[in-house]
Amino acid sequence: MIWNAEFETLPREALASLQLKRLQHTLERVYATVPFYRDAFDQAKVKPEQVKTLQDLQRLPFTLKQDMRDNYPYGLFAVPLEQIVRLHASSGTTGKPTVVGYTRRDIDMWSELMGRSFTAAGVGRGDVIHNAYGYGLFTGGLGAHYGAEKIGAAVIPMSGGNTKKQIMIMQDFGSTVITCTPSYSLYLAEAAAEEGLDIRSFALRVGILGAEPWSESIRQEIEQKLNIKAIDIYGLSEILGPGVAIECIEAQNGLHIWEDHFIAEIIDPVTGQVLPDGEEGELVITTITKEGIPMIRYRTRDITRLISEPCICGRSHRRLQRMSGRSDDMLIIRGVNVFPSQIESVLMQVEGVEPHYQLIVDREDNLDSLEVQVEVTEDIFSDEVRIMQGLSDRIRHEIKSLLNITCKVRLVGPKTITRSEGKAKRVIDQRR
Amino acid sequence: MTVQQISVFIENRAGRLAQATSALGEAGVNIRALSLAETSDFGILRLIVDRTDLAKEVLSKQGFTVDKTEVVAVQVPDRPMGLGHILHMLDEAQIVVEYLYAFIERCGDNAVIIFRFDNSDQAIAALTASGVKVLSADSVYSM
Repeated sequence: MIWNAEFETLPREALASLQLKRLQHTLERVYATVPFYRDAFDQAKVKPEQVKTLQDLQRLPFTLKQDMRDNYPYGLFAVPLEQIVRLHASSGTTGKPTVVGYTRRDIDMWSELMGRSFTAAGVGRGDVIHNAYGYGLFTGGLGAHYGAEKIGAAVIPMSGGNTKKQIMIMQDFGSTVITCTPSYSLYLAEAAAEEGLDIRSFALRVGILGAEPWSESIRQEIEQKLNIKAIDIYGLSEILGPGVAIECIEAQNGLHIWEDHFIAEIIDPVTGQVLPDGEEGELVITTITKEGIPMIRYRTRDITRLISEPCICGRSHRRLQRMSGRSDDMLIIRGVNVFPSQIESVLMQVEGVEPHYQLIVDREDNLDSLEVQVEVTEDIFSDEVRIMQGLSDRIRHEIKSLLNITCKVRLVGPKTITRSEGKAKRVIDQRR
Repeated sequence: MTVQQISVFIENRAGRLAQATSALGEAGVNIRALSLAETSDFGILRLIVDRTDLAKEVLSKQGFTVDKTEVVAVQVPDRPMGLGHILHMLDEAQIVVEYLYAFIERCGDNAVIIFRFDNSDQAIAALTASGVKVLSADSVYSM
């Protein structure tokens, strides 16, 4: 099913000329209304009218999260406050949050893109969407909510937390769709089992999961434990919120980014050079229809690659490979680059190992050390020390042989690694 | 003729062992024998208790990883070489002992040793054939 067949299947050439037209319009507007962009373009010695092709976008400077902080709260808005109808903010782990504002048309566009996303995931009228993304300053809750209403599904505005109640409502209301983070979906399955309930027998059939990187093996685990199709959705508040890109249920392979509203580039996170199609690097997004707070070449820090091959679903919009990590999550351990998701993939290949793990990075005698904490479940527990040590040896060996990192594996008690109701905290870096 | 043993994963963290044994005590479970295998990171507590199922349930509820295993309770003459003769015999019969530990109570004039074998049935057959007494589960739980 396709929500907006005209735009979602637009031939590539038409899509490119639409992008260029919208980009030029956006650049003119931000140059005229946002001092930050005017200064940045002037410094780069590029005038909006000099952008004559999509390639020319590369001449413009990047926008960073720090730029948003520096212009807190409204400095990057391209419209007067009278035209803003909604404000959201992302959690600032250090200092001030980053603020985003939406005009009425922005909200309509967002609802349309979330509606497209739900439809791509096979969700529609008649579905009961259990929306466990947080409502509030975080964009997840309301973003998914408006999209759900747009397509005529029934939405339960659950928000996060209160897991017992979530399970009761999910069962009693017959929720068919769950929207939350991947780690929370597993937590729900675990909590339901503790209540003596089999979540697999609930009416749930699709999970629309995002807001944190997750691996293909976690997907299989979720699909098996909840008896659902697990669909990866991508978004970030600086660009829009949820609904920037999503997997189609037909292929479940790569997330279609809505290219009539965004221009995606992949860059080398170190040099800033744009990489050829298909190469892995950091995703950079330019919004080309947003009014409230347009973003020019925003560095998302998310690591992915663009898939240009046509998709079986018929959409012409290119796909982003599932995020393999964040360039700022990337750990450098004794000079080796590693993403938490890579360690996760190794762990998930060991039979009986649960997807609850934590990585503790530290520095001992000026050398980086990595400790991988794995919970011991009944599936892997043995009364014999030899077997338990064999298990940690095996995990250590696998990580060494696949990722070339020496680590220490620490077996910990079940449920001792903190469960998150939002984004899972996988890494504790004590080196700083 | 095997005896049920429960084993508990004990993370190397202050208070975990106390938490496990208190939980059992509060539930009225009496520990009949125990051994703790330890490594630098974790320990494995092995217990013979009077009520195995209740003990497993109580510990699972407390968030412990618990497993049940079959072990063999062997009556061993309480004198020098009492255990030595039995181990020698098992060795000759090529029966692998994974680990063993002593029971707290005596059985008459004899000591009781808990054995964890690779293959319990084979071991019981060999022990019985050599005239070594293997104790029944009921007699062990009620000792």
